[in-house]
Amino acid sequence: MSVLISNLELLPDRKIIKQLGLVQGSTVRSKHVGRDIMAGLKNVFGGELKGYTELLEDSRAEALRRMQAQAEAIGANAVINVRFSTSSVAQGASEIFVYGTAVLVE
Amino acid sequence: MEVLFTLASFLLLMILGYLFGSFAERRHYQSIWTREAQYRHIVVVNQRFPREKNVRGTQLVMGSVVISVDYFKRFLATLRTLVGGPLNSYESLLDRARREAILRLQAEAEQLHSTRVYNLRFETSSISLGQNDRIGSIEVLAYGTALIQE
Repeated sequence: MSVLISNLELLPDRKIIKQLGLVQGSTVRSKHVGRDIMAGLKNVFGGELKGYTELLEDSRAEALRRMQAQAEAIGANAVINVRFSTSSVAQGASEIFVYGTAVLVE
Repeated sequence: MEVLFTLASFLLLMILGYLFGSFAERRHYQSIWTREAQYRHIVVVNQRFPREKNVRGTQLVMGSVVISVDYFKRFLATLRTLVGGPLNSYESLLDRARREAILRLQAEAEQLHSTRVYNLRFETSSISLGQNDRIGSIEVLAYGTALIQE
């Protein structure tokens, strides 16, 4: 069973039985050469960098999966009040961090 | 000779940037306006507590976009930073990115047959490209909770 994720503080359709604490997941991704060439072109012409959008979407999904795994390990079936945060750790690499409160719901 | 070559390539990049950049921006705004009209039935709010009673489930929805400014506008911005003041050339970039992110979030909500998205949050970060660490690309993430109603 997958863990329910929500950024609301209360779930309107469920009752929280137990609060289990903070869970988190993160990934650090760097850009890639092929995408970088395209990005260089886009830097002249302007517009969306689709390669980067996909890259960041993938890493966000990975961070969410890690958070879900952590929540599952402590016996939670939902994570509420989820927040995302992005920071660049080095030139061309960024960290995607997601955290929330693990809870047990009905 | 070398100076002339550098100058010529700079001018070429400026012209290309201006032409393609303003074309892309106009086209993007057109598409934003049409899609915003199309998704108007999906109400996105930043209230934290939903009032709806007949809720069957909730689901996190996200929309994100990485968008870059063109060469011409970046040059204008570089000039602007010398004297300070409002950076008009970056304002439209951020506006487009935020609206695009919301539209993608709404598209995700529509797939879930949801018409209400609560607790919308934005997350903006700049992606540095190039050697001299100029801010040219920004990433905007919009996320919220879609209510699935009966």
